[in-house]
Amino acid sequence: MTEYFNEMFDGGQVRQPYSGLDGWMREMPSELRAMKQAEAEALFRRIGITFAVYGEGGDPDRLIPFDMFPRVFTQPEWRKLERGIKQRARALNAFLLDVYGRGEIVRAGRIPARLVYQNDAYERAVSGFIPPRGIYSHIVGVDLVRTGPDQFYVLEDNCRTPSGVSYMLENREIMMRMFPQLFRENRIEPVDGYSDALRRTLASVAPAKCDGEPTVAILTPGHFNSAYYEHSFLADLMGVELVEGPDLFCEGGFCWMRTTEGPKKLDVIYRRIDDAFLDPLCFRPDSMLGIPGLMDVYRSGGVSICSAPGAGVADDKAIYTFVPEMVRFYLGEEPLLENVPTWQCAKKDDCKYVLENLSELVVKEVHGSGGYGMLVGPKSTKEQIENFRHKIEDNPENYIAQPTLALSTTPTFVEEGVAPRHVDLRPYCLVGEKVELVPGGLTRVALTEGSLVVNSSQGGGVKDTWVLAE
Amino acid sequence: MLSRTAENLFWVARYMERAETMARLLEVGARIALTPSTGHGYRSEWESLLQASGTADGFSEKYGDPVQRNIESYLFFDRDNPSSVVSCIERARENARIVRTAITGQVWDTLNTAFQEIRQIERQPRSEWEITELCEWVARQSALLRGAMDGTMLRNDGFFFMNLGYALERADNTARLIDVKYFVLLPSVEMVGSGLDNYQWQVLLRALQSYRAFHWAYGGELTASKIMHFLILNPASPRSLISATRKAMHHLDNLESFYEVEPGTGLPQMRAKAIMTELNQTQVAEIIDEGLHEFLTRFIGEVGQLTALVQQTYLSGDAR
Repeated sequence: MTEYFNEMFDGGQVRQPYSGLDGWMREMPSELRAMKQAEAEALFRRIGITFAVYGEGGDPDRLIPFDMFPRVFTQPEWRKLERGIKQRARALNAFLLDVYGRGEIVRAGRIPARLVYQNDAYERAVSGFIPPRGIYSHIVGVDLVRTGPDQFYVLEDNCRTPSGVSYMLENREIMMRMFPQLFRENRIEPVDGYSDALRRTLASVAPAKCDGEPTVAILTPGHFNSAYYEHSFLADLMGVELVEGPDLFCEGGFCWMRTTEGPKKLDVIYRRIDDAFLDPLCFRPDSMLGIPGLMDVYRSGGVSICSAPGAGVADDKAIYTFVPEMVRFYLGEEPLLENVPTWQCAKKDDCKYVLENLSELVVKEVHGSGGYGMLVGPKSTKEQIENFRHKIEDNPENYIAQPTLALSTTPTFVEEGVAPRHVDLRPYCLVGEKVELVPGGLTRVALTEGSLVVNSSQGGGVKDTWVLAE
Repeated sequence: MLSRTAENLFWVARYMERAETMARLLEVGARIALTPSTGHGYRSEWESLLQASGTADGFSEKYGDPVQRNIESYLFFDRDNPSSVVSCIERARENARIVRTAITGQVWDTLNTAFQEIRQIERQPRSEWEITELCEWVARQSALLRGAMDGTMLRNDGFFFMNLGYALERADNTARLIDVKYFVLLPSVEMVGSGLDNYQWQVLLRALQSYRAFHWAYGGELTASKIMHFLILNPASPRSLISATRKAMHHLDNLESFYEVEPGTGLPQMRAKAIMTELNQTQVAEIIDEGLHEFLTRFIGEVGQLTALVQQTYLSGDAR
């Protein structure tokens, strides 16, 4: 039986970070709880914070389950995480700048050339181009799990367009509205500086040809996208336009928005669409989503794209193994955050080990996301494991494996009262003129008892995440 | 403002106005069905509703014979009918969701609540609903939205585009509603001015919720020419063609001044002004001479051209 670290209770003792919540939890009558839960749901639905899960039928406007029990970090805990995350974000950006430049890390033999240059996410179209300030990934989402009081692991990096930050902000708003006394009694660091910081970050990477105050816009695939709410929410908070491909066109070396008063020049695009859909002339001729000519304008310094095309090569699951190496190579520092030990099925020995120990491991697709196409060995039936074995044998390069981590738990409201549920954490690191991190992040919680999968598409929920001030 | 944002706002208003028109049409139908008709029975009258709403082909493909119950379902609930009340409300809400940040919380709330409520309504057995109740519900949603817009929105381009959508849709829809009257309600030319004819005009006035307003404005006997004047040429009547056109012109002017363009130089304005001038100089007798149906068809065409100019000038993002 695996021992899980409970972030609130150490035996019968309440750990210090949660001391302000113990009384609150005990004194809340169950009717009040039900009432507050209903209130929270009504608020979410009314604001329109829904996400869409496609292909399963039913109501596409689904609410992400919100758990009212906050997750808490102390200031020292947070400072340690913050330093580690910033370090990682810097190293990842240094790596990207390098591999689209001289490729020193490959020449030095620290990372196999094949993993970089034959990677699907490697964009030949931007090789040799240096984006403003040399930054490729402006918003780095680092997924962390905790296994002990001082033990954190990085599960994966998201260098392209990590989503979920709107939940971080809205969860806090709703908690403050429903439980103001909690915020009076506990000193909780605010997270609402995020939108200003994001705007500053984006403006700080305006292209060479932009003079004056840069015009920023968010590029969305459109209202059918599951994260559309987030796109419109961020655009609103920053006071910038939310555009779709057809709203933009390129002419005379610049990118323009179609407005009711004629074309308006656009300087910085915070894109929430994949590389492949940016420019049909450059990537996919069959795409309806892109803006023809955008990449030419980008490469000639007429517009900035955040994250930069090609940034995905840094957050690939096969590259992930080498991030600690990047920290040493580029920054000359020891990594502050640990990677989860990872076996690459592409390597013969690793693959052998994985196949022999499937029932103990978590196996993931190299390019997968959203908790799809993965095997959680200890939670799977024999049949599922055997099915997966065939998949790995057919295409070993497509899989990596990791030990099943003993994810920490935090108290969570469930039908019968309060019970421990497994959680992870995604903070959002901004990289521009400065490297910034708001004190907080998105805590995802696996609401099903015993489950280790926190993805919203697989029945996960979210929590407000507190960092206590000193 | 992004052209697409302006377009979405424009269509929020158009769809809500269209939903209201559909509901009013259904009300006309329900009321006519309660009254015995001479000679023709009820059948052709229901058909006229389908004609007027431009859904006759879609309906006959799906259901064949016009039966009241089916027509009600088709015009109110059917998602295969792009002009049904449910389709319109869903689209209004979807357009609003796309530009959620360009409208106020209260405007969004109104649309979102209407959308949630209509889903509730759909889940209940049809037999629990009287069609007139449903129609009243739609009219109420429409009024709530206008109130929320008026009470909470900034008077900027977004507000003007929404109102422009309302005005153009209303001009088009009122013309179509009057056309129902012409189309089949009137069994034959000899019946103009007869008791039956007037009764049907009355139904139309009621459906436009203008029955009392009409009496306040004119007094005395109901005559076809008075009613035509009221619904087409009277600027005091809120749904008349002239009122709707004037409202469109007003918001086009607002847009010009908001964008600091020299007044009266835009193509849409010039077209709106031409329509307005013609309405100002028209007499009811001339409409009767031209033929009511011919006049209305021409008017609907002109409004269509005006809408196309608005599209070109503001909503495509290409012009200027």
